[in-house]
Amino acid sequence: MSDEATNEKMIQDLMKRVETLEENAPEDKLAMGIMSGDLDYLIASFIVALGAAAYDMEVDMFFTFWATAALRDPKKQKNLKKDALGNMFGMMLPTGTGKLPLSKMHMMGMGDAMIKGVMKKHGAKSLEELMKDAAEFGIRIHVCTMSMDLMGIKREEMIDYPHMSYVGVGAFVDIFGKAKQCWFM
Amino acid sequence: MTTEELQALEIGKVVDARGTACPGPLLDAKRAIGECPVGGVMEVQSSDDGTIIDIQRWSRKMGHEYLGDVENDGFWSIYFRKVK
Repeated sequence: MSDEATNEKMIQDLMKRVETLEENAPEDKLAMGIMSGDLDYLIASFIVALGAAAYDMEVDMFFTFWATAALRDPKKQKNLKKDALGNMFGMMLPTGTGKLPLSKMHMMGMGDAMIKGVMKKHGAKSLEELMKDAAEFGIRIHVCTMSMDLMGIKREEMIDYPHMSYVGVGAFVDIFGKAKQCWFM
Repeated sequence: MTTEELQALEIGKVVDARGTACPGPLLDAKRAIGECPVGGVMEVQSSDDGTIIDIQRWSRKMGHEYLGDVENDGFWSIYFRKVK
């Protein structure tokens, strides 16, 4: 092979490798797996998500296990067709953001009321306000369908959130794979 | 820039985020930046001193020019120039 042909082949090989690298390079995105259904963890999660949104990062939040109960709408609890176990879970799990426990110092709900009072005093946004901001900034919420099945949570009882989808782990691993930052709460 | 220089700047957009906690001031700045002309100076007012470093990092990352901050009575004015 002449020198020229060798060079040409080298350049082609390099181009191919650059293209592959570009395809697999993580993008300026934040992917969050939210498992906790505790008020404090959820507030922290949404604050981080909104911070990233302020940086023009795309944000995807994957809600699984206990976190899914936080997305239930207390106004949509009538006429849900659930089996016995689903009904039991339905009663035992918090119905939406207003009923979430604190991970520490819950004190049968007293800590919960206290932290809400302190937050208001300091001008901190409530979880409901943070979720409204999240909707405005296009933050996507993906709900784990298996968690919903296990706990008998129905789509009809979920909050009206504009960027919500129902997915499995397959979708989320793909989203995580393309994100520069991945968090798990 | 000195305090005097910062205070003498012509302001393109003021964001009053006083009394709101993290991430309020940052989100308010993000919401308002569209209303500031390119080349103009934005002033973010916050009663949370954590906002100073927040806006410093955020404005630089977003390609703007951080100018400085001034402590007022109970709040901070944080200035940056919108570059693009």
